[in-house]
Amino acid sequence: MVEWSDFERSTIQNIFANMDYDVVGPKALARCLVVYPWTQRYFGNFGNLYNAAAIMGNPMVANHGKVVLHGLDRAVKNMDNIKATYAELSVLHSEKLHVDPDNFRLLADCLSIVVAAQMGTAFTADVQAAFQKFLAVVVSSLGRQYH
Amino acid sequence: MSLTAKDKATVQAFWGKIAGKAEEIGGDALSRMLVVYPQTKTYFSHWDDLSPGSAPVMKHGKTVMDGVGFAVGQINDLTAGLLTLSELHAFQLRIDPANFKLLSHCILVVLAIKFPKEFTPEVHVSMDKFLSALAIALAEKYR
Repeated sequence: MVEWSDFERSTIQNIFANMDYDVVGPKALARCLVVYPWTQRYFGNFGNLYNAAAIMGNPMVANHGKVVLHGLDRAVKNMDNIKATYAELSVLHSEKLHVDPDNFRLLADCLSIVVAAQMGTAFTADVQAAFQKFLAVVVSSLGRQYH
Repeated sequence: MSLTAKDKATVQAFWGKIAGKAEEIGGDALSRMLVVYPQTKTYFSHWDDLSPGSAPVMKHGKTVMDGVGFAVGQINDLTAGLLTLSELHAFQLRIDPANFKLLSHCILVVLAIKFPKEFTPEVHVSMDKFLSALAIALAEKYR
C-alpha cells in the first residue's frame, strides 16, 4: 500500500485539476518520441515521424497524447488503489500492445518536464517530488501484470 | 548514442543563452535533487543545512554547474577533458554513478522551468545526450 501525505494528495489533485490536457498530453508524447526516438517503434501507423517538427505537428501523436494523459485520471481518482485500478491496462500493454515497460518511465520523465514548463516556479521541489512519486506508482502498476 | 555535430552545436548555442544563470540553475537543480531523491542527502552529511536554497546547497550548485560549463568547452573530447574531474569523483568523492542521472534529470527540469520557450524537444534531446555523455566521462576512472 502506498502512503500519501496530505500535501501529496492535494498536490496531485491540484496539478490535474488545473492541467490543460489538450496541451500537456500532446506535448508530453511528442517530446518522448523526439527525446527517446526508439519509442517510435510503437507508432508505425502514425504517419510522418521523420523529424522533430513532423512529430510535434502530427495530429495522431497529439490525439494519442490526450488519450494517454486522460488514462491517468483513474489513478488520480483512486490514489489508494492504483495497482488494482491499472491491472487491466497493464495486461493490455503487455499482452496486446507489447510495450517494454521501461518506456513508461521515459514518458513519465517527459511528462514531469512538460508540467514543469507549464507550472513554472510553482513546480517547487516538494511538488516535483509528489508528482514524480505519483508517476512512479503509476509506472510500477502498469508494469505489474507483465510476465 | 554519441553526440552528433548537430547535438554539439545545439548544446553550445543553448549554453550561450543560459550560462548567465548557471549559478541559479545549479542551486535549484541540486536543491531539487536532495528533496526528490532523498537518498542523495547521504553524500552531504557534513553540511548543516540541506534545505532547498540554503547557502551550502547554492554554493555547491554553482560548483557543479561550473563543471558542466567546463564540460561544454570540452565537448569534442569529454573523456580526455574531464579526466581530472573523473579522478576526483572516482577516488575521493566516490559518488555512485547512478546518481549522475538523478542530478541530470533535475537540471533538465530546471531548464524547462526557466527557459520554457528555448527548451524545445530538440534542445532537450541534445542536452540529455550531453549530460549522459558527461556522466560517462565522469565515471571513466571508477574502475
